[in-house]
Amino acid sequence: MKHLISMRDLSADKTLQLLKLAERLEKDPSQIDLSRRVMAAMFYEASTRTRMSFESAMKRLGGEVIGMVGTSGTSVEKGETLADTAKIMARYSDIIVMRHPMEGAARYVSEQVDIPVVNAGDGANQHPTQSLLDLYTILKSQGTLKGLKLALVGDLKYGRTVHSLAYALAPFKPTFYFVSPKSLRMPAHILSDLTQKGVSFKEKTTIENIIPEIDIMYVTRIQRERFPDREEYEKVKNAYIITAKLLTKAKDNMKVLHPLPRVNEITTDVDSTKYAYYFDQAENGVYMRQAILATLLGEAK
Amino acid sequence: MKELKVDPIKNGTVIDHIPAGRVQRVLAILKPRATDVVMMGMNFSSKAMKKKDIIKIEGRELTQNEVNSIALIAPAAKVSIIRDFKVAQKSRVEIPKRIEGLVACPNPKCITNAEPMMTIFNLEDCSTRDLACQYCERVFTADEMTHI
Repeated sequence: MKHLISMRDLSADKTLQLLKLAERLEKDPSQIDLSRRVMAAMFYEASTRTRMSFESAMKRLGGEVIGMVGTSGTSVEKGETLADTAKIMARYSDIIVMRHPMEGAARYVSEQVDIPVVNAGDGANQHPTQSLLDLYTILKSQGTLKGLKLALVGDLKYGRTVHSLAYALAPFKPTFYFVSPKSLRMPAHILSDLTQKGVSFKEKTTIENIIPEIDIMYVTRIQRERFPDREEYEKVKNAYIITAKLLTKAKDNMKVLHPLPRVNEITTDVDSTKYAYYFDQAENGVYMRQAILATLLGEAK
Repeated sequence: MKELKVDPIKNGTVIDHIPAGRVQRVLAILKPRATDVVMMGMNFSSKAMKKKDIIKIEGRELTQNEVNSIALIAPAAKVSIIRDFKVAQKSRVEIPKRIEGLVACPNPKCITNAEPMMTIFNLEDCSTRDLACQYCERVFTADEMTHI
């Protein structure tokens, strides 16, 4: 594995190796030493969690971080091409972690440089490190990835995270409930891909009745910026609000996940229940990103 | 005797069975040189297609690569190489497995539309003529494509 650009490139075996390494690093990060290695963070748009968890991952393994956040004051503002910026960064560092608003940007950069490239989000396309940390979180909270019942809730039409999670879990024979307003249903091409892969799923518009059945509830924010029509957004923005009261019939092992930031879709009274797992999920991002950095830098043992 | 609507050519290439209305798009891709003698026929009657367009290029033999480059808009086209008024070689067009620098990505958010770079599409499915952008990973049908 030279780069991590898209979940489509990742075999089930490689995924399992990364999950195992993340687990080992969570227990004992001292087994990998990335000292004198430099990670270049090329963030063409704002990101708090992804960027900071990458920085934390690199630094906790002894490595260093350089980089940019936003293009203000950089050579990009002077009209430098993406390829040129990346080639220079490659001279300064051992691995590039990049986020870019245009889809396919990370793939393009990986073709331009000799060092490993990690896609930390390219527009609405891929965000493989999020998918991997979600898998790790599900594995850690349930003890297995096999045969789980999961509800994916919220914006299933535009939500990049839920699309790639559905694909990432497909080999493990899950049962999905896709819970969304009618206007934000899972795209038809994804449903047909899942059918082809033999994955069973049901589409729902309400969540109440399925809560006693599920192992994982993956909630996403309905993003205002995705709606061309303000009125349409107002109609659906509060479609699903998860409260502690709503979870009273949940199974003991049920966990609520959310890629964060949340707005109002999970009320704060859920935070103190045993079902809340989204802060652990964010922490897991550090271990998974440590595993990814170590693997791509050739240090995974 | 069969009536010929277009003069036969001595040496060159005939592209037949172009969907009616697409002959100009085919020509735009083939970019004839200023000195090429080109005959263009539109809306000829055809048993298989009802109506079709046709192109004859005098004095130039198209390569298989050039021929395949029109496959996206004229998938049923038949290409004949003519030598001394006779058909020397006949072939069908075939969409290449990998299409480089020929068509633009219809996704406005694709990096290929923002950087000075070549587009690359991979043929996903011959029967539906679905093409996947190597960069943004979106899949399009051949009819959605515009040539560069």
